[in-house]
Amino acid sequence: MKILVCMKQVPQKDAPLKLNAGGTWIREDVSYEVNEPDAYALEEALRQKEKNGGEVIVITAGPGRAQQVLREALAKGADRAIHLEDDAFVGFDALNMARALAAVIKAEPFDLIFTGLQSDDYGYAQTGVILAELLGIPHATIVMQIESSGDGIRVKRELEAGYFQFVEMPLPAVLTIQSGINKLRYATLLGIKQAKNKPLRKITLAELQSAVPAGAAGNLQKIERLYVPQKTKNTEFIQGTPAEAARTIVEKLRNEVRVI
Amino acid sequence: MVIPFRGVDFLEFDSLLNDDERLVRSTARQFIEENLIPIIEECNRAGRFPRELVKPMAALGFYGASLQGYGCAGMSNVEYGLVMQELERGDSGLRSFVSVQSALVMYPIYTFGSDEQKQQWLPALQSGEKIGCFGLTEPDFGSNPGAMRSRARKSGREYILNGEKMWITSGSIADVAMIWAKVENPKEEKDERNTRNTKDECVRGFLVETDRPGFKAQDIHGKWSLRASVTSGLSLQDVRIPESNLLPATQGLKSPLMCLNQARYGIAWGAIGAAMACYDCALQYAQLRKQFHDKPIASHQLVQEKLAWMVTEITKAQLLALQVGRLKDEKKTQHQHVSMAKRNNVWMALECARLSRDILGANGVADDYPIMRHMMNLESVKTYEGTHDIHTLILGQNITGLDAF
Repeated sequence: MKILVCMKQVPQKDAPLKLNAGGTWIREDVSYEVNEPDAYALEEALRQKEKNGGEVIVITAGPGRAQQVLREALAKGADRAIHLEDDAFVGFDALNMARALAAVIKAEPFDLIFTGLQSDDYGYAQTGVILAELLGIPHATIVMQIESSGDGIRVKRELEAGYFQFVEMPLPAVLTIQSGINKLRYATLLGIKQAKNKPLRKITLAELQSAVPAGAAGNLQKIERLYVPQKTKNTEFIQGTPAEAARTIVEKLRNEVRVI
Repeated sequence: MVIPFRGVDFLEFDSLLNDDERLVRSTARQFIEENLIPIIEECNRAGRFPRELVKPMAALGFYGASLQGYGCAGMSNVEYGLVMQELERGDSGLRSFVSVQSALVMYPIYTFGSDEQKQQWLPALQSGEKIGCFGLTEPDFGSNPGAMRSRARKSGREYILNGEKMWITSGSIADVAMIWAKVENPKEEKDERNTRNTKDECVRGFLVETDRPGFKAQDIHGKWSLRASVTSGLSLQDVRIPESNLLPATQGLKSPLMCLNQARYGIAWGAIGAAMACYDCALQYAQLRKQFHDKPIASHQLVQEKLAWMVTEITKAQLLALQVGRLKDEKKTQHQHVSMAKRNNVWMALECARLSRDILGANGVADDYPIMRHMMNLESVKTYEGTHDIHTLILGQNITGLDAF
């Protein structure tokens, strides 16, 4: 079984939020980490490999700093890595990103492609789904469990309100993996050393020219403005006799707060 | 909400580290956050060493991390230092355990041991199957180990060891003790008057399995520091070991001092971790705690001065430790460099603990917060592996050429 895990480097989710000057995205000089659902996707891929044999390949798209994500995955046990390296990938929407990934995957087929359920920064939850569509293969989202079943697989999906769905599907397929479905392993010190000798292939944006000709300009989604929610605390004293005040409150509850 | 520890990086210190170094730190940080932080206050209160973490730490490669082969990871000295920092961010006691296992037991076997000794002990110590301790300090001699009373006498193909060792980390849980003793000159055995002639007596290192008859380890109770690690006294009464247990390349006091130098280097990093833990806690507290005018105490000048002092000293300590580490990786470091780093960084950490405790007021003394535990731990760290004052004298001797011991 040959599994590709699509991973993303995202700003640390509990670090103080710093916005860029244009207010369109987060500043570059924050701390970064592996997107949480992607870490679970990697763990699941490594477990599948340990159970069924095969190969785990990790891929990411982003600036030089994003290589840390691949290093960590290699240290944890991935066999090799692919880095789509360009600053521009940071601004890619889900469609554009899926196009870039699909271009690489078409050149080298995989049995299974994992993505995290969604990214902790944009939170689109679309990249994996669009990727499957572009590749013309089936997909399942919010996957919690994967088992071999005949020539294909049987997966458990999380639905709402405590319901689950079991789906049989053929291979190859794209699965978007839910957070928390397994226990993440640590990168051992020996693993970190050994990762240095594992292959890491770099692909430039220019090599993907035909798939994403316009770069980020080809996005269909655009972030207009990003801002920290403003705290507004407004205390209003209602004057008048008790009867008048009651009337005012009812009016406000009905027309302003709209709860009655 | 508990905010996970994110380190202290005021001066883009991380830009001085490579990907591997950051990754090693992140592994150690995550391990401590998930496995030690939830239990450390209970361990400290009960005076319990979290032995359940011995094997998991081995699996991550924490023991003998900077050694090559025998299952060891072959980390650089900077990477090793960063692991020590993260361990001590959790607790100095746990860091002490790893320091002893790595720098004071595995390192001397690796450096002075025979091939058989290396094969026998290093994989077992690396994997946490076996635990080691280091016996140099004695009840009467700490800063001046050269005056040790422990003796080894050659008898046929055996050595017979006698002596007392004190303040031995992991003493009673160890499978093997790295014992330092003076080998009595066989000629002088017959002549009582000459046994004090230290010139002819050479300090050498012996591997003593702790189940040998005559070997006893007793824990030291009632210590107000390093409560989450085991500290023992060792007693050796006519303990017979085969001559093959002598570490062949040990020659004089220089050998154990080389081990200590190794451990001191780790402490210089470890202390930064303890300081960061205190500073991080004090900063969070100061931003939330309100006292006058409904404003957080962080808005007051006296509190800001303490925070500014701490972040400055932590930053300086990071740069000092990193430079010593880089020199060590280039095999250019000298013992006085390590002395400076150990002396400064532990002092700085202890001051940070005291200032942080101050910022937390009465809350600072309770074990709802880690500060008092770090402060008490650091009192030991200031003393062991060369006291603050001894390191002052090492520096003094180095810069003046004059010995002031």
